Amino acid sequence: MQTEAIRPLRFGFHRFAAPSEFYRLAGRLIPWFGTLAAALAAFALYLGFFVAPTDFQQGEVYRIIFIHVPAAWMAMFIYAVMAFWAGFGMAFNTRMSSMWACAMAPTGALMAFLALWTGALWGRPAWGAYWAWDARMTSTLILLFLYVGFMALHAAIDEPRRADRAAGVLALVGVVNLPIIYFSVQWWNSLHQGASISLTRAPTMAATMLEAMFVMMFAFWMYSIAASLARARAILLEREKRSSWVQALVSGEPEH
Amino acid sequence: MGGAGRYVWGAYGAVALALGAEILMLRARTRRARDLARRSSDWSKKEVQ
Repeated sequence: MQTEAIRPLRFGFHRFAAPSEFYRLAGRLIPWFGTLAAALAAFALYLGFFVAPTDFQQGEVYRIIFIHVPAAWMAMFIYAVMAFWAGFGMAFNTRMSSMWACAMAPTGALMAFLALWTGALWGRPAWGAYWAWDARMTSTLILLFLYVGFMALHAAIDEPRRADRAAGVLALVGVVNLPIIYFSVQWWNSLHQGASISLTRAPTMAATMLEAMFVMMFAFWMYSIAASLARARAILLEREKRSSWVQALVSGEPEH
Repeated sequence: MGGAGRYVWGAYGAVALALGAEILMLRARTRRARDLARRSSDWSKKEVQ
């Protein structure tokens, strides 16, 4: 008995699950996200240094907030997205999902490191110490360890699909750390200040400071997307180097 | 900067350095991956011959 051929969807985003299609799309998107990141960062720096006023209590040192908070938010956000795609890849056995999770991990780790580093440089003049074993700082350090653990576990296993599954399990388990980081300032007596921005009450920061922080957060977001897309392309070339589309790509021939 | 210069510029400098290093490392990794794929292509052609 003959079956009808399945007609492809006209606007099928699912085609980007194919490595060759994703590679091409990523190559087209990287310049846009990179340019947007640079423009937003420049605007955020202008707002942060020339528009936002000096803080009444902390003076000029508070301006570290314009990179510290965006880095911390991105570290948490990237981890959540990374864990989602790692889990998606395990559940539906899609190679591209796991590769995308691997592509995001180093950028997320970098954001976590920068959050800790800038936080330490802010903590010294504000609290008198570069570091304290405070709930938020410790849980953010654990987040960095989870990122490093994800990358190390993946690198330790030769077979890529097995590596994806093992690292994916670690990523999913580590998701429990995200609400711990977020709620740590409420659950424990914390040196770290509480949330200035809340869904249930008005922000406690000046509007100009808030604007600069949000613009820089979008800059970091656009940069993270650009960096992850670039890394995903490198991972695709590494894993798919023997496939026909990569062979055609590197030899400059049209793909058959 | 009211005495906070080394902390503020230290923080911004670290971020600029880190992001710049990441971009350079990404470009190097992509170049290495393309070279490896090209060498794989050359080996395959030699085997066929």
